[in-house]
Amino acid sequence: MSQHAIADVETLLGEMTQQLQAHLKAHQINDPVMIGIHTGGVWVAEQLHQRLGITQPLGSLDISFYRDDFSRIGMNPEVKPSNLPFDVEDRTIILVDDVLQSGRTIRAALNEIFDYGRPARVVLAVLLEREGHELPIRADIAGTHINLAADEQVKLTGPDNMSLSIQKQS
Amino acid sequence: MSRDNLQLDSNGKLRHFLTTEGLSRQHLTEILDVAESFATVGGKSVKKVPLLRGKTIINLFFETSTRTRTTFELAATRLSADVQSINIATSATSKGESLLDMLHNLEAMHCDMFVVRHADSGAAHFIARHVAPHVSVINAGDGRHAHPTQAMLDMFTIRRHKGDFSAIKVAIVGDVLHSRVARSEIHALNTLGVGELRIIGPKTLIPSTFSKLGAHIFHDMAKGLEGVDVVIMLRLQKERMKGALLPSESEYFARYGLTEEKLALARPDAIVMHPGPINRGVEIASSVADGPQSVILEQVSNGLAVRMAVMSMTLGRQTETADGQEG
Repeated sequence: MSQHAIADVETLLGEMTQQLQAHLKAHQINDPVMIGIHTGGVWVAEQLHQRLGITQPLGSLDISFYRDDFSRIGMNPEVKPSNLPFDVEDRTIILVDDVLQSGRTIRAALNEIFDYGRPARVVLAVLLEREGHELPIRADIAGTHINLAADEQVKLTGPDNMSLSIQKQS
Repeated sequence: MSRDNLQLDSNGKLRHFLTTEGLSRQHLTEILDVAESFATVGGKSVKKVPLLRGKTIINLFFETSTRTRTTFELAATRLSADVQSINIATSATSKGESLLDMLHNLEAMHCDMFVVRHADSGAAHFIARHVAPHVSVINAGDGRHAHPTQAMLDMFTIRRHKGDFSAIKVAIVGDVLHSRVARSEIHALNTLGVGELRIIGPKTLIPSTFSKLGAHIFHDMAKGLEGVDVVIMLRLQKERMKGALLPSESEYFARYGLTEEKLALARPDAIVMHPGPINRGVEIASSVADGPQSVILEQVSNGLAVRMAVMSMTLGRQTETADGQEG
């Protein structure tokens, strides 16, 4: 397995922050809440939450109970509790993940969020969006878009000194 | 196949949950960890997750138990499974249909799990040995033998309050002889590495073999409660208490009933547990059962999360790793 680093995460976070600020302004959203998806999405969300100065505490989702492949892969023993320390009803939610590819994680996250209430709007922000969508789900905000071969995987390490690398199955 | 292995599939994952005996610390810890995540489901406006959508769970209750049956039904519905409870006293077995014939009929209706409650020890094991390969069996109490989900919800409750098992002293008080809950708890506490395990009760209600399980036996409740972190009271099984094991309920209460005075001998932050239903004034005073140190109702809520964990782990035990990228 070979591995090499790609885009600087710090730069991508700066890019996402700018895009988010513009997006919130353009849509006149004043008081959003933010939810990160375990595990990498929470790391990215912690950074964005701070940079955007969001006052509500950060929420986190573990979508293991909403996956569409449970019957194939079984229970994830590492599952963490989801924690949404705010009412989602009529709120704008910034949903954050590290990598968007198939869209299945986001589908599961949306289903879980709607079990807590009916948000006014969900904005999807990801560090990196790559080819391979399998559902009609696209990022509103993406730090970068890249094309990768099917056997290449993106991995985010963190939470301190986050870095993105590409691993190639050889 | 040995009784221990019966619970595990070829990958060492939980296939049935029949007893806490013979499972590793990793298995038990995994149940507690997964249950921790299910504990938040009850706080959502939609108290459900779609995990077991399309699965069919049958509660086979050969012995009536409204509370246990209800928590298993609720756990199944919160996992989005379809659940049907069968009270065997009113079913065909009373017309002479054999148990195995009934099981095969239910399997022919594409059931995925049997939750079994039976007055005879070993009933759930018997059923687990005869089900189709895709079917899981959960023991919801068999005779005097085991009640593993009750034991695990107690472990869950203890861990939430006390954290590290190795640092605590736990006392189990009362009718250990007739208690499947106590047997399952003792195995679980030992496997999880409890600091000290004490069993308190009259000689007639404590099998002498229990000291071999690493427990310290006390017949004097005051001595036994000294400095403990957790007090687990057992129900005095009145319906099973025929003959001369005990003089009278009032004398039992005087010697082994948990009162505020006796509880004061335990650590000030000790928690009081009871598997329910409680006999007020027999094994526990109302002021203790409803008092600030009681976590009895919390145990009931935790029972849901633990049963959801066990159901989802046994029904979703395939272990091929997820292919490729999350996303």
